[in-house]
Amino acid sequence: MKMRSLVLAAALAALASAGFADGHGGKVKVGMITTLSGGGAGLGIDVRDGFMLATKMAGNDNLEVVIEDDQRKPEIAVQLADKMIQSEKVDVMTGIIWSNLAMAVVPAATAQGKFYLSPNAGPSALAGKGCHPLYFNVAWQNDNLHEAAGAYAREIGYSNSFILAPNYPAGQDALTGYKRTYGGALAGEIYTKLGQTDYAAEIAQIRASGADSVFFFLPGGMGISFLKQYAGSGVDLPVVGPAFSFDQGILQAVGDAALGIKNTSQWNKDIDNAANKAFVEGFQAEYGRLPSLYASQGYDTANLLLSAMAKADVADADAFRAALAEADFESVRGDFKFGPNQHPIQDYYVREVIKDGDVFTNKIIATSLTDHGDAYAGECSY
Amino acid sequence: MSTILLIEQILNGLQFGVMLFLMAAGLTLIFGVMGLINLAHGSLYMVGAFAAAAVAGVTGSFVLALIASLVAAAAAGALVELLVIRRLYARDHLDQVLATFALILIFSEGTRWLFGSFPLFLDIPTAFAGPVMLPGGIQYPAYRLLIIAIGLLIAFGLFQLIARTRIGIQIRAGESDREMIAALGVDISKLYTIVFALGAGLAGLAGALVGAIQSVQVGMGEPVLILAFVVIVIGGIGSIKGALVGALLVGLTDTLGGVLLPELFGTFMEASAATAVGSSLASMSIYILMAGVLLFKPTGLYGRA
Repeated sequence: MKMRSLVLAAALAALASAGFADGHGGKVKVGMITTLSGGGAGLGIDVRDGFMLATKMAGNDNLEVVIEDDQRKPEIAVQLADKMIQSEKVDVMTGIIWSNLAMAVVPAATAQGKFYLSPNAGPSALAGKGCHPLYFNVAWQNDNLHEAAGAYAREIGYSNSFILAPNYPAGQDALTGYKRTYGGALAGEIYTKLGQTDYAAEIAQIRASGADSVFFFLPGGMGISFLKQYAGSGVDLPVVGPAFSFDQGILQAVGDAALGIKNTSQWNKDIDNAANKAFVEGFQAEYGRLPSLYASQGYDTANLLLSAMAKADVADADAFRAALAEADFESVRGDFKFGPNQHPIQDYYVREVIKDGDVFTNKIIATSLTDHGDAYAGECSY
Repeated sequence: MSTILLIEQILNGLQFGVMLFLMAAGLTLIFGVMGLINLAHGSLYMVGAFAAAAVAGVTGSFVLALIASLVAAAAAGALVELLVIRRLYARDHLDQVLATFALILIFSEGTRWLFGSFPLFLDIPTAFAGPVMLPGGIQYPAYRLLIIAIGLLIAFGLFQLIARTRIGIQIRAGESDREMIAALGVDISKLYTIVFALGAGLAGLAGALVGAIQSVQVGMGEPVLILAFVVIVIGGIGSIKGALVGALLVGLTDTLGGVLLPELFGTFMEASAATAVGSSLASMSIYILMAGVLLFKPTGLYGRA
């Protein structure tokens, strides 16, 4: 009888210690919720591929990544987040592309003590009053690329822009961001439906508005549709926009309609530093295509996480948070640091769509904003 | 708002409506004749667009691309009918919804497996690339005029097919009483396959036509499918005429609502608030239209009780 109890005790102890060994000791479990199917899949796949490339290049065995597909639906993202927090017991979450999904998942995740590193969505609500010590945005605050476009438009003398964006949090942030730095008059301001693919009505309004330029924020397939229809409409006003509609993943589908258009970004494949060269070459070698903005953001997110893991144990939340806040890694975009609300302070560039051989791509032609933070940092206090 | 802009927007609404008709016609035929709710109709639209993009990429010919879209979607439709749909006629609508929803996922992931996750390139033919000048100084994209023409032509052809041909008679008879026409010696299962392939082909053609001015990507059919359902609810189930009228109504309401409502609110509200409220209301406009129609005609405009 005693013997049996002893064996049982030993077995339990073995189980328990196995549990402990699996728990921490430098190991980090990452839950990635991103869009891998349906209309926005290209963005999520690039974030995932960039992230996984960085972990592969680092060769760090202490990082375990669980990847799930949110199908671009907020309710599915919430379910996945619950599952990752409660049954997968992840330490860090990342991956969400769309601001409406981020708003559904991030506040709950950080409230339950999980780190969230955003590789894309940066809604203003999470940058200002809704900021959280465990929430970091590695890409930008939503307004930033649009602020860069507005600054560029003002600089080259546009004074009567027609602006449009989809009616959802990131769309509202986009128009707010453009107006903040642009300063000129508006020939028209339109919110379109999210996921809309026919822009004939909007283009007719642009034609009739007497505008001298067009600014639009229409990510993914929406931007492809708009550009193709704009090119066929005979309206030839100059267009500026954020990089999202001119990114590597979709430029081939737009074709000639995008040639020569100026767009703003914090990254491009021709930024000259060692980290970026290694990333662009590594990405092409691994996946056989050029990396996109989203891939660069996924790559930087993983490297930020790895840099923090080298300095602190994720079980010690304060130390880990401090290590993340230092952003002590070589970013592919060049210099970058976190502001007081843990959103980037970085340079924004103006790119032009060019054709390089058979491939449509971008090249940097100017710097639009230098060491630029965001407008909401002042409202954030921990 | 100037008259020119208004006319241009009416043309836009018409073009949108005609496209919706191509989607809704197949959907309403399938529902009317076979009593089947087919959620995978949007996937057939996607199949058409991808087939067109693939063929245009290889041959460079837009006409061949259109033919390919028709053939590929009709073939996919016939195949799906033979393998899956056939087992669903006798079951209730919930089972049909579930099974055809599964088909959406299979089609989407299959297409991704074949073509990758990034959108494909399909351009409009150069002859129709620019705008044309219409009487009254209206500048309008030539390709959209082409779409309107093709759509109206197909609508006319479909009416002729249903009203004047033997197969049309059988389709109409199948809607009224499927046991009776089976008893009369019509091969009902062959008829169902043909109707399904016809509906699929129309959806595929719509996908190819629209794909040239929009993005050809996985999942492109689902937003259109929702609108197509609204169209057949408004028009009345099983009625081609209802599908045409419903599609034009939805196309015009959606287009003109998006333009006029923000402007209407702008007359008494601050500009940016008017844009936000007007745009939100505009996205609801077709559902309000649907509710309004159902209030007075519970079976739709041309539906039978």
